[in-house]
Parts: sequence; structure tokens; C-alpha cells
Amino acid sequence: MEEVKESHQKRWIHLKKVLERPGPFTHPEFEPSPDILDFILSTCKILIIGAGGLGCELLKDLAMMGFKHIDIIDMDIIDLSNLNRQFLFRHKDIGVSKAQVAANYINARIAGCQVTPHCCPIEDKKEDFYRGFHIIVCGLDSITARRWINGMVVSLLNYDDNGVLDQSSIIPLVDGGTEGFKGNARVILPGMTACVECTLDLYPPQVTYPLCTIANTPRLPEHCVEYVKVVQWPKENPFGVALDGDDAQHTTWIYEKALERANQFNIHGVTFRLVQGVVKNIIPAVASTNAVISAVCATEVFKLATSCCTPLNNFMVFNDIDGIYTYAYEAEKKDNCTVCSNIPHPVDIDDPCKMKLKDLIDFLCENIKFQMKNPGLTTTIDGKSKTLYIPTIKMIEERTRPNLSKTLIDLGLRDGQEIVVADVTTPTSVIIKLRYTISDVEIN
Amino acid sequence: MSSPAPKSPEQNEKSKKYDRQLRLWGDHGQKLLENSKVCLINATALGTEILKSLILPGIGSFTIVDGEKVSEEDIGSNFFLENDSVGLPRAHVATQCLLELNPDVRGDYIDESAEHIISNTQNFFKNFDVVIATAVHEKVLLPLSKHLWECDVPLVVCHSIGFLGYIRLQIKEHTVIEAHPDSESPDLRLDKPWTALKGYLDSINIEQLDQKEKSHVPPLAILHYYLTKYKNSHNGALPSKRAEKEVLKQMIRDSGHSEEGNNRFILEENFEQALHYANSCVTPRPIPDHVKAILDDDSCTNLTQNSSSFWIMSAALRELVQAEGELPVKGTLPDMAADTLSYVTLQNIYRKRAEHHAESVYRRAQQIARNLGLPQDWVTESEVKYFCKHASELHVIRGSCIANEYQKSNLDLSSYLEDPDCLIFYYIILRGLERFISEYNVYPGQLDDQVEPDLLKLKGIIGKLLNEWGYSHVLRDERVHEVCRYGGAELHSVSAILGGCAAQEVIKIITHQYKPLNNTFIYDAINTTSATFCL
Ligand SMILES: [Zn+2]
Repeated sequence: MEEVKESHQKRWIHLKKVLERPGPFTHPEFEPSPDILDFILSTCKILIIGAGGLGCELLKDLAMMGFKHIDIIDMDIIDLSNLNRQFLFRHKDIGVSKAQVAANYINARIAGCQVTPHCCPIEDKKEDFYRGFHIIVCGLDSITARRWINGMVVSLLNYDDNGVLDQSSIIPLVDGGTEGFKGNARVILPGMTACVECTLDLYPPQVTYPLCTIANTPRLPEHCVEYVKVVQWPKENPFGVALDGDDAQHTTWIYEKALERANQFNIHGVTFRLVQGVVKNIIPAVASTNAVISAVCATEVFKLATSCCTPLNNFMVFNDIDGIYTYAYEAEKKDNCTVCSNIPHPVDIDDPCKMKLKDLIDFLCENIKFQMKNPGLTTTIDGKSKTLYIPTIKMIEERTRPNLSKTLIDLGLRDGQEIVVADVTTPTSVIIKLRYTISDVEIN
Repeated sequence: MSSPAPKSPEQNEKSKKYDRQLRLWGDHGQKLLENSKVCLINATALGTEILKSLILPGIGSFTIVDGEKVSEEDIGSNFFLENDSVGLPRAHVATQCLLELNPDVRGDYIDESAEHIISNTQNFFKNFDVVIATAVHEKVLLPLSKHLWECDVPLVVCHSIGFLGYIRLQIKEHTVIEAHPDSESPDLRLDKPWTALKGYLDSINIEQLDQKEKSHVPPLAILHYYLTKYKNSHNGALPSKRAEKEVLKQMIRDSGHSEEGNNRFILEENFEQALHYANSCVTPRPIPDHVKAILDDDSCTNLTQNSSSFWIMSAALRELVQAEGELPVKGTLPDMAADTLSYVTLQNIYRKRAEHHAESVYRRAQQIARNLGLPQDWVTESEVKYFCKHASELHVIRGSCIANEYQKSNLDLSSYLEDPDCLIFYYIILRGLERFISEYNVYPGQLDDQVEPDLLKLKGIIGKLLNEWGYSHVLRDERVHEVCRYGGAELHSVSAILGGCAAQEVIKIITHQYKPLNNTFIYDAINTTSATFCL
């Protein structure tokens, strides 16, 4: 019997309605056609980062939205406390790789789905791996990992010599995060819209306890736990190994010592749950919020892949502590973002044989685009870093001052040379790229 | 070395599994959840997504009511139907798939339509704590809504169509004890310290402390000291206006400066915190309006044998407020710069006061229950403790019946209709869509060649509806067009968004923690926005 072409199967009838019919709210480039469903079924490649609370949901949501080629990456193994929300895992899976179990489950449940698991840290994969996807979607609980993948997608961007972004090098990054009943989802078009780094101030600072408080004037049960964790554990080293929050013996030891310390100071409220929370820095989590945020992200992936509806621009927050509240807004891209604006800014040089370093510095101070105050310049020549001029450190200033009166050619700077410029006007350094209007031949 | 024998409290399997959520609603919330019975009408994608987020956190049991057979289209949108289940009863297949999620949860199903059950099995729905209905249209919705309103069983109605979602809560009366507000000023009562607190704070003379003692004295002692001074020079009046508080704050600033080296002045952390508390914690804490309303509510002043423990406790609270003029002290102190001994001493003073208040409310509540002839354990001590601790967070929500809303000829939407971008227009379109289905038995745009004609019909129906309500507004065509484009399609990811939202509302209803939606929620996945309307 001849098999019905996948995209003609009745199971996709829901998707076909929004993909094959015109509508008033579609992306301007949307052209309704059966080809779109074929594209998501057979061509589009999606990467899910994280196979935890958000990752399990994302995998199910995307597979149900027609995506068949999905990779999922997570280094963690399954723990009992995951089972209240990471619904692709069962009791028998405890101790096994999250990515592996999640992939197996979806491949078995959804016909034709090809999920490829990667059980490793995201840092183990290189540019070529990440470049292979149409869209990357993140369900992480770590800000550091988020920043890393954000840096990765930005580094995949190509700019031409005039600093114009090559649109085909953009891999959209859809990112979700939750904490208790709160969450957020965002769409990042690297180089075009605000990136993770542009909005770093949105992440709440981690709660820390000053050492003098926990050592001298503990008041809260948390102070007692923290003291045992950072002072007593390293001193007594009870098991001869580093503290592992997942080892029940370790947490039990901390619990007992913290209780002792609390009793000594008449502090109430040291419970095993509290100890675990402090030791492992536990963030409360519930199935419903993860379901909502992942599904918002999956909907955005679907919109980006099909253009059947304009995507979120670019940030939404969710909170269902009091009724159900959502808010969408456009987070602003920072011009001086460390990551997404860190493209070399071209500087045209008429005659590098005549232009002195001092002239270049004056240019950076006077030019409307740079408007710097007191820039310091470093570069790399033949693989070695070279300090050209640093005004802010007395000793180095004295040592590099003679460079100011040297020409760019004398300093060994070539056409296309990238120079890292630090200045008080920007928290991060700016990279400029020298562009000589005369050729090397003429220079020689 | 050998490890010490674990002396810590044994953590059982359940508290480990549910650890991340117990940090949100506590063991007492979990207990209510584990004893709850939930009914789902129609195992659509949206329906099973809702159940998923209820089964994972561990409700007691669920029952699916659905007379449909699994279709190929169902499998395309519903994760909890297996590929090879086409033609089998949908209720049965979904129940089996969902039960896999959590062995602690029991589940069963009835392979009958809700319509059939309403007319044949009276009292069937009475046994549930919450009934959830998806893909239920007017013909069934209205009798169901009426029936559940009469039996006082909460009903959650949800729709997912294309990029649009709708959640409606129908609940006669819902009481919330722990609302868990996002931010709250600390409950310090420095405006009117009770004897024990005043005694302790009076014993600290800030100006006689040496530099070292001064840097460790609790901010509350600093604030109390200068507040007393301020009152003494202002005929006993508390600072209430900004300028008056500024006077108090200047007194604290002057005292907090310490000399160091070359005349450099530094304000110690505890003085900084005293300044911070001076902004919000020196005026009497008014009883919030929503709590006042509870104390004056008929259900509180006219108790009967049918009164719930919430209302008995409210009546007891009312007596306490009448006697003391204030709500019970919360009994918790925020962390503040202070030495251990004085902080712990202060904390004990606050805790004892809270215990005293809770005991007093408990005694009164027991007396009230006795007078009503109710059993001894009608109100428990632990319940009263939560009630008193969260006395300023108490809420009562009184909802409305959906059948009423549908039969109203004067539905008041005027305040929303002014804004052309308001999502109320999607509500109106969904109401039109319901009527369309009643008339034609299909979704508008369900058939590819009927999108245009259905669009005209739907516009006509919506115009008529608005007319019936007395409005002459014209809807933006594009929105009606968009809904016809969907042709009743259910997009999995949109159902998953709504499923999560609706499930959490059900958990709020069951646990009486966190404030539920009141009462209609529209989600617009086109623009990733939402709105709530009280209808
Ligand atoms: Zn950026």
C-alpha cells in the first residue's frame, strides 16, 4: 500500500489551516503554501538546550507542532526531585541521562520524530555544531550557560567589510526561564534585537550572606547553614571530598552541624528542607509555569520557522501569583553591549605612513561615533599581544608614551588590523579595524 | 573514616519528589491537593494539558468524561493519545496515557458525553472539587454551568482556537488565606508597641551607647528611640507627612554619623536600615479594605451551622479586632543588621505576640463553633495559626454564573469597548463563534472553501449579539477574519500555554493559596498578550 505523503496526513490538519490560509496578522513575507509544512516536517533543524523542566516541555511542544529534526543537549542525569514536572521521566529513569531518556520517549511516542540527544556540556560543542540549526531554543536555569550560548550565536554572525550584517548568518535564539510562579520568554535575533548580555540587569542578583554576618552575628537559620557550608565543611572536611549537595550524607552532616550552631544562638527554623535549599541554591519550580513558558517559546519557534504570524518583539513576562498576568515589551538592544555590538568598527586611514598613534587617539576622541575621553589601545601582532598606549596606569603610560609619536606603519599595524580600545565611556572595550585607503604595495 | 549515623529527619520519597513545589505551597497545600478530585470534560489537547499539570504535582484523582472516539486529527494536537489509538474511546486512551505521569494519582473515565451524564446521572458532578470543561459549547455549557452553580462546585471552562485562548472561572465563593503577595512591608507595630516590645526597646538608650555598641544595635531600637523623642516633642503625634518623617529621619542621620579618621562621616548599616523603616513602618498599619470587607461580610456576622471554618475564624478575628483594634501580629521579622542576641530577643518578642493572638483567635473560634453546635474539631489550631499569620492577606472572591452571563441582555462591556485594541473584542468574537456553532454545528472556516461565506455569517452574528447588548460598535474585520482562518484548529503549543495557566488556577482553588483569576482570561498568542475581565 502506498503511504500517504506525510504532510497530507490528517494529523496535520490543524497546522495546515494556519499555514495554508492567508491571514491579517501574518509576517509580511508569509505566503500560504503546503511547502511550509513540508519545510518544518523535513528540513527545519531545531536545537533545544536543556532537557529539564522547560526542555521536556519544549521537546513535546515542538514535536507536536510538526518539527521532526530536533537535537537536545543536556549533561545532567535524572533525579527524583525532577519528577514533579519533568514529565518525560519515570522513577526507573533516575540516574540516567536526561537528554537520552527525553529523546527516546519522544521518538517512541511521536511517529517520524527524530530527536538526537547530546549528553554533554554545551561548551563541548563547537561553532560548526551550532551553525547547523535554523533556530535554537533554550530552557536553562543557569545564567552563565545562557550567556555562553548567547555569545555563541552572536559569534556566528557574519558582517561584510562595511559592517553590514549578513542576514543569512542569523540563528534566532528563543529563551525561556522560570522561578516559581514567574517566568519570561524572549526572542533574540542576534545582532538585530537585544541579546542576553544587553539585558543582564534583568536577572536578579544571587542572594549572598556576608562572611562577617555568618561568622559573628548569625540571625537567620540560613546564616547557620551558610556558616557550616563555607567555614566548617572546608575546615573539618568530614568525608574527604568536596561538598556535594546531592549526597544525602553530606546534607545530613550540614543539617546536624547547622542545627547545633542554631541551638547555640537560640535561632529557630533550621529544617532539612531549608538546609537543602541553601546548600543547593534551590529555585522553587512547578509544572504549570514550566508548561506555560515552554509553550510560549515553542509558539515563537513555530512563528519564526513559518512566518504564519509575527513573532514576539521581543520579551514577555508571566506571573500567576495573583490572577494571571502577562506583559510583552521590546527590550532595548544596547549599542555598547559587550557581546552583540562587539563587531570591529572600521576606521579609514588615508596615509598610515604619516598618521601617528596620537592622531588616531585624537580621532577617537573627536569622531561623533566614538566620542571617547581617554582611550587605551592594545592589539595583537603576529599572535603576540602588544600594548600601544594605556593612559590610565602611570607606569604603563610612561613606558608607552613614545608610541604616540610613531606612525601606524612604524608600530607594525597593517591594513585590517584590529585594535581593542578601552575607554571610560564604555564599560566594555570596542574593537576598531584599520582600513588603509592605499594598498600595501604602495606602502612598501 | 566512617560516616556518622544520620540523625536528621527522614525525608520520605514524596517530600523528595515534590520538594520544588512544597517550597511554594507547603505540606498543608500539598495535603489538600492530594485529597482533591478533579473532573475533566472532553480529553482534547487542551484538556489533557491541563490534567498533565495537575497530575504531575499530585492531585488525588481525576475522572475524564468524554464520549468521542480518537481521530487522526486528535493525534496531531493531543500528546496524550497514542498513534495506534484511532477509533478507540478517547476518554480511555487519554486516561491511560495520563496515568503514566504519576503513580500516586488515581484516574478513571466515563465513555459518555457530558450532555448524556447531565441528563441521566444527577449528582454525578457533585463529587468533585473542581470540574474542568474544554470544547463544550452553549448547548451543554449552559445547563452544566447552572447545575454546578447550584451544587456549588467550581467550574473552569477553557477554549483554545488557533492563536487564541479563553479561560473562565465560575465559582460561587472562594476564600484565600495565603495570598503570598509579591512584596509586603514588614509588620513591626512601632507606632503602637505592646508592653513587652516597648519594655525591651525602651531599655536601649541609643545616645548612651559607645561607638561599637551603637554599630550593632538593631534598627528597630534606633527607630523606636527617635520616634519616642519625636513624639515627645510633637505632643505625642506620630510623623505622617513626608516632611514630618524627614524630621525623624534627620534625627536618625545626625545620630548615625560616626567620626572616623579625618572627620569622615559614615552612616552604619543599622542606621541606614532604620532610615529605610522610617519611611513605611512608623504609621499605623491600616486593616486592608479586603480584610475589612470580610469582617463586615454577612457570612461573618450571621454564622450558621453551615458556615465554613474560614467564616468561623473570620468571626473570631472580628472579635479580636474589636477588642484590640488591630490585626494579629504576623510574628516574623525581616533580617536586619544587629547582633545575634538582640535580634533573637526581638524575634522572640514578635513570635510570642503572634502566638498570643493566634491562641486568642483559636479560643474565640472554638467558643463560636460550640455555640453553633458544631463539632470540636471544626476549626483546628494549625489552621488558625495560618489564618492569623496571613490575616492581612485574606481574600474572598464571589464569582458569577456563566449561564447568567450568556443569558444577560445587558452585559456591561462599555468600559472596555472604548479601547479598540482591547482584548474584549476577542471575547465578543468567541461569543459569536459559540452562537455560530449552535446554529451551524461547525466552526466558522472549518471547510477550506467556506472561509469567506462563514466570515460574513460570523460578522452578522456578532453584530446581532452587540445589538442585543445595546452596543453599536463595529468590530475590526481583521480579527473576525483571523478567527475564521483558524477554522477551529487547535494548535498544540497554544493549548499548552492555556493548559498550564488553567491548571494553576485549579491548584489555587484547591489549596486556597494564591489569588485565582476573577473571572475571564483572554490570551492572544498573536501578540503574546493577555487580559482579564470580570463578567
Ligand atoms: Zn547584546
